[in-house]
Amino acid sequence: MLTVPVETQIAFAGILFFLGLIGLLVRRNLVFMLMSIEIMFNSAGLVFIIAARHWNQPDGQVMFIFILAVTAVEVAIGLALILQVYHHFKTLDVDAINKLKDEN
Amino acid sequence: MTTLIPFIPALPLLSFLILALFGGKLSRKAAGWIGAGSVGVSAILTVITGIHLIDSLPAIKSYSVIIWQWMHAGNLNATISFSLDSLSLVFCFVITFVGFLIHIYSIEFMAKDEGFTRFFAYMNLFVGSMLILVLADNILLLYLGWEGVGLCSYLLIGFWYKEPANGTAARKAFIITRIGDTAMIIGIFILFISFGTFNIQDIMHLASAKWASGSAIAVITAFLLLGGALGKSAQLPLQTWLPDAMAGPSPVSALIHAATMVTAGVYLIARTNILFSLAPVVQAVIAVIGALTLLIAGFSALAQHDLKRILAYSTISQIGYMFLALGVGAYSAAIFHFMIHAFFKALLFLAAGVVILVLNEEHDIFKMGGLRKKMPVVFWTFLIGSASLSALPLITAGFYSKDAILWFSYSANSGGIILWLAGIVGAFLTALYSFRMIFITFYGEAKTEPSFPAGKLMTVPLIILAVLSVIGGFIELPASMGTVHLFSNLVNNTLPIVDLKNVENMEGLFQLISALIAMSGIYLAYRFYYRKPAYMETFNYSRINHFFESGFGFDKVYYTFIVKPIIWMAEIDKKDFFDQLNISISRLALLGNRIVSLTENGKLRWYILSFAIGIAVILTLMMNK
Repeated sequence: MLTVPVETQIAFAGILFFLGLIGLLVRRNLVFMLMSIEIMFNSAGLVFIIAARHWNQPDGQVMFIFILAVTAVEVAIGLALILQVYHHFKTLDVDAINKLKDEN
Repeated sequence: MTTLIPFIPALPLLSFLILALFGGKLSRKAAGWIGAGSVGVSAILTVITGIHLIDSLPAIKSYSVIIWQWMHAGNLNATISFSLDSLSLVFCFVITFVGFLIHIYSIEFMAKDEGFTRFFAYMNLFVGSMLILVLADNILLLYLGWEGVGLCSYLLIGFWYKEPANGTAARKAFIITRIGDTAMIIGIFILFISFGTFNIQDIMHLASAKWASGSAIAVITAFLLLGGALGKSAQLPLQTWLPDAMAGPSPVSALIHAATMVTAGVYLIARTNILFSLAPVVQAVIAVIGALTLLIAGFSALAQHDLKRILAYSTISQIGYMFLALGVGAYSAAIFHFMIHAFFKALLFLAAGVVILVLNEEHDIFKMGGLRKKMPVVFWTFLIGSASLSALPLITAGFYSKDAILWFSYSANSGGIILWLAGIVGAFLTALYSFRMIFITFYGEAKTEPSFPAGKLMTVPLIILAVLSVIGGFIELPASMGTVHLFSNLVNNTLPIVDLKNVENMEGLFQLISALIAMSGIYLAYRFYYRKPAYMETFNYSRINHFFESGFGFDKVYYTFIVKPIIWMAEIDKKDFFDQLNISISRLALLGNRIVSLTENGKLRWYILSFAIGIAVILTLMMNK
C-alpha cells in the first residue's frame, strides 16, 4: 500500500482548511459561506483522522464522529437561519445584512 | 409609665412606614385614617403619660427610658433614649394634639389630590421626627429629629413638585436652615469634645460646673447652637425662607411652619438654657434678635397681598416674641406663648386654607372680600384666631401669653424699656395686620364666589382650635387678674424661674397699655381697611409699602451679595485645571470608543478575517515559546 508521509497529509488538510477560509472570505452568498465552513470543519476532522492513524489511537476517530455530529447540527441550524434571513431581507448577500452595526 | 413613651414617636413612624411601603394598595380612606389615627393614638398616649407625670411632680421631674444602644465606639456612646419632662410634655401635647386636628382636616383638604397617601406619609414622618426631637434625652438624637423635621419640611414645601417655583422654595428653605444646622452641629461637637457625653442633662450639669460664666468657649458654643435655632425658627438673619415656604399645602403651613417645627429653635434654647445662662452676651443677642425680628416681620406682614404670606410673616414675628422672652430669661412665658401661638396660628392657617381652597386657589386678599356671610364658620373661627393673635384683652388666650412676654421684657433683670417698646410696637402692628386681613378678606363687596361649602372634617378642627385659642389663656393668669399659674408651675419644674428686677409691681399698668395698644391697632385697621380712605390708595402704591412687601429687601441683599458671587465664582471656576483633567479623561474614553466602534461595521466577512488574523497571531506567538 502506498504510504503518504504524514507531513503531506497534514499539508493536504491545511490546504483544504485555507480553501475553506478563502471561500468564506471571498464569497458573499450565505449558502456558499456555510459550505466553506463545512470544508473547514472537514479539514479539521481530517487532521484528527491523520493523527489517529499516525499514533494508532482510536480517539481521533471518535473525535471525528463528534465533529460530524456537530457539523450536522450546525448545518441544520445554519440553513434554518439562512432561510429566515432570505425570508426577511429577500437576499443572501452577507454585506447587505448589516443591521446590527453601530450607527456612526 | 415609661414603657408608653417610646410609642409616642413610634406610632407615627410606623404609620409612615405602612403608608410609604403599602400606600399604593390602600384606599384613600384607609390611608387617611391610618395617618390621622396614629397621631391621634399618640395624642392619647401623651395625655396618659402626661397625667402620670404631672401626678408625680415635683418628686419625679422626668421619665427616662433607654431603648437601645445607637452607637458605641471609644468614649462615643449614643443611645436611642427618651426623656419626658414638663417641657417635653408641653411640646408633645401640642405636636400630637394640634397635629391630630391638622391630620383630620387634611383628610378632607387633600381629598382630591393625587398625592394623598404620599402627603400623609410625609406628615407622619414629620410628626415622628418632631416627637423624637422633643423627647430625645441626648443631643445627637435631638439632632436626628432636627434633621428629620428639616427633611419633611423640604419634602412638604415642594409637595406639588410639578410647579418649578415650589421646588425652588423647598430648596431655599432647606439650604437656609442648613446654614444654621451646620453651626449647630459644630456646637454639638464642641460640647462632646468638652464633656465626652451627649446626654443633655449631663452636659448642662458639667457645663455649669466647668465653664465660667461668660467664658469664651461658653459664648462660642451658645452662639453656634443659637445659629441652629435661628435657622429653624426663621429669625433674623435667616428668616427669608419662611414666607416662600408657603408654597406647600395649607395643612403643612399650619403644622410645620406655624405650630411645631419653626418653634424647634425655641425648644432648643429652652432645653439648653443653662448653657445660655453661662453666656449672657448671647442671651442679650437673642433678645435683640427677637425684638428686631418681630418688628421687621410685623411691618412686612402689613404690606403682603398673599393671605398665607401675611400669616407667614406673622409667624416669624410671633416667634420673635418667643425669642425676646427667651432672651430675657422668661422661659415659661416663651413656652406658654409657643403653645397659644400653636393653637391660634394653626387655626388661622387652616381657616386660610379653607378660604383658598373654596376660592379655587385664590391667594390674593384683594381679590377676596365679602366672605363673612358666605362662610360663617370660617369667618368666626378666623376672627377668633385673629383676635387671639392681636391679643384682644381679657377674652383671648393670646392676650395672656403675649402680655406675660411684654411684662417680662421690661421687668426681667436683663430686660429694659427698649425691648418693651419694641414689643409694644410689634403688638400694635400685629393688631393692625391681623384686622387688615379680616376687613379685606371677609368684609366689603364679594369679588370671588366660593365654589363649594367646607365640610365637617375641616370645620370641626377649626372650631376646636378656636375654643382653645380662647380658653387656653385661662390656665395662666397674671397677678393683677386672679393669679393662676398652672402652666408656669408645670414648666418651671424643668425651666428656671424668670429673674426679676427689683421694680415696683406695675404689671397692671403695663397690661392696660398693651390692651389699649391692641385695641387702637384694631381700630386703625378698621379706619384704614374698612372705611378705605383715599390716602390708603396712595400708600398702597408707595415705595415704603413696596419695601415692606419685599420683607425689607433681605432676599435681594442676599441674592446680590451671597448668591450672585457664588454663582459668579462657579462660572469662572467651571473650566479650571481639575475640571480639564476630568473632562480629558472622559474625552479619552470617548476617543477609545470611537476607534473600537470602527471595527464594528456590520460586515460579517471583515469579522471573519479579523478572527483568522487574530488566531494566526496567537498561534505564532504560542509556537515561538
